Amino acid sequence: MNIEVPYVARVEGKGGLNISISKEKLEGNFIIYESPRFFESFLIGRKYDEVMEIVSRICGICPVAHQITSLQAVENAMGIEISEQTEGLRNILAMSAHIQSHLLSIYFLSLPDFLGYESFISMANEHKDIVKRALRMKKVANDITAMIGGRAVHPVTCIVGGFTSIPSIAEIKKMKKMLEEIKEDAIETANLLSSLDMPEFSRKCEHVALSHQKEYAINKGSLKSTEGLDIEAKDYRKFIFERKVEHSNALHSFIKGRDSFMVGPLARINLNFNNLSDDAEEAVEQSGISFPNFNPFYSHFARAIEIIHYIDSCIEIIENFKFKEERREIKIKEGIGSSITEAPRGSLYHFYVINKKGIIEKADIVPPTAHNAYNIEKDLHAFLQMLYDMPEEEIALKCEMLVRAYDPCISCSVH
Amino acid sequence: MKTKIGIFKLTGCSGCQMEILRMEDIFLKLIDIVDVSYWVMVKRENEMQWDISFVEGSVSTAEEKKEIEEIRKKSKILVAFGDCAIGGCIPSIKNFISSHSFDGIEKFVDVDFTLKGCPPSRENIISLLINLLKDIKPRIKKYPVCVECKYKDNACLLKQNLPCMGPVTSAGCGALCPSLDRICEGCYGPMSNPNVESLAGIFKQMGLSRDDIIRKFRKYAGTSPEFYKEAGNEY
Repeated sequence: MNIEVPYVARVEGKGGLNISISKEKLEGNFIIYESPRFFESFLIGRKYDEVMEIVSRICGICPVAHQITSLQAVENAMGIEISEQTEGLRNILAMSAHIQSHLLSIYFLSLPDFLGYESFISMANEHKDIVKRALRMKKVANDITAMIGGRAVHPVTCIVGGFTSIPSIAEIKKMKKMLEEIKEDAIETANLLSSLDMPEFSRKCEHVALSHQKEYAINKGSLKSTEGLDIEAKDYRKFIFERKVEHSNALHSFIKGRDSFMVGPLARINLNFNNLSDDAEEAVEQSGISFPNFNPFYSHFARAIEIIHYIDSCIEIIENFKFKEERREIKIKEGIGSSITEAPRGSLYHFYVINKKGIIEKADIVPPTAHNAYNIEKDLHAFLQMLYDMPEEEIALKCEMLVRAYDPCISCSVH
Repeated sequence: MKTKIGIFKLTGCSGCQMEILRMEDIFLKLIDIVDVSYWVMVKRENEMQWDISFVEGSVSTAEEKKEIEEIRKKSKILVAFGDCAIGGCIPSIKNFISSHSFDGIEKFVDVDFTLKGCPPSRENIISLLINLLKDIKPRIKKYPVCVECKYKDNACLLKQNLPCMGPVTSAGCGALCPSLDRICEGCYGPMSNPNVESLAGIFKQMGLSRDDIIRKFRKYAGTSPEFYKEAGNEY
């Protein structure tokens, strides 16, 4: 039997599912036919100070992640240090973007499946409170991104070395108030997700995430895994490789000497649980859901926990914030630089070679969904064992839900 | 009967769709007024019927060419939604350095309205939609970013010897970047009848190289008739 989902709904970008069920095999292929745009190719010949603006356009959901990662890679190449102020603002910016993206994934893209609706638009009448909560929280997250970045989609203030303009003290204080006002909503979100029935599917595989001793790693740390990986950004290409696959415009990543792996909120919590905020940890305790957890459907719950943590973490940064007037003179220097950060969907890698005129000579970018594409298929093959005697419609929906648990950003993965 | 809206994606980043989701404060009102009949990023059940279509993204494959032709056939009104749909936007840089092409949809179908920007601001989207629903001819801003800068009493960045693209760039963003001490990079594309040669000459006087100037004009709207010469003219 062959089941085809030509265009998977409620994910970003164009992908399909091709499911084969027979006595001999159970196979699910994630057909990624989103058109490539060849960013790594046309970045060659562009200048160091416009990289962030260009790579931002890889994705409209996670532009901030590409902006910050590329800036850090360029700064790494040219030997530029950033101030504590810039680090703090970039952290709040990144976390506001995570919150926004997670809310999109939880409420708009995934929850309808669990409540029996085809979209959150259809659910708006009978679940007005839930939809209002989602919109309210998302507005706060986007507003904070805009207060630091100028606007939510493709922010404009981030530059090599810092920002063109920073929020005022009054605005920073307002951000804290806005975050406090959605804290309760965040806990409600975690409660809601922990109350839903998730398919009982688990497949132990290698989970990979950025990790840092002192904080829940977003913009800095080493890349670690549940199977002993522990590398710096500069060594990424010694350990993680990609191969072309016929049915996907996104390359499939794998770890040298090993196999596929998973990145994302579930991997992050599996690896960095102890760095979550107290309230985030408390919410996990209350739920009865245990970590480490290898059921990809619990990624939804992981996103909700992260939202709680990010709210707390941003408030902490704001409370300790010290303003300082900064003007940076950037000296162009040739160099090779890289950076790995945690985008909302998982680990993101940027690498640049810059010549002495500040022109890009080479670029290498691997977004989280490219890291995940191969693992999604391995999960599909295994998940089908639980589904194969269900009606076709049900198999299709359940497989889509597995894909949506990964919250794929297909345009990113192809770039 | 509510007007049916279809939202489509070709080759692009989904940023324009995300700007629709940026209408958090009025979203419930919006879905009350219109029937979003096709939006695969948000809905699992989609109708193959719509009155007004918003198409995000450029055409870069044969399949997409077929897709836009089908969308046009079924649409009463077709909106080129964002810079990619207008002229390819940032990926169109590739057009100048290879035989691969990212084309605006107007190359293949008639377009009724365009929403400029990367992304077009939510205010511009709302304004166009309201006009279309009320059957009022939308007012299209043809003046440059400079006008919006002046309204905000910004200190002119060109006067500070910075290579701002404002004078040739279409208004609509509220002079977002110059208001945040960043030079305009031209992301809304050309205004009407821009004096591109003059601005390129000013950039040259500021010390920008020929390559610097080409990069600036090529970035967002290099494929536009107004910018293509300063963008390198190989397209």
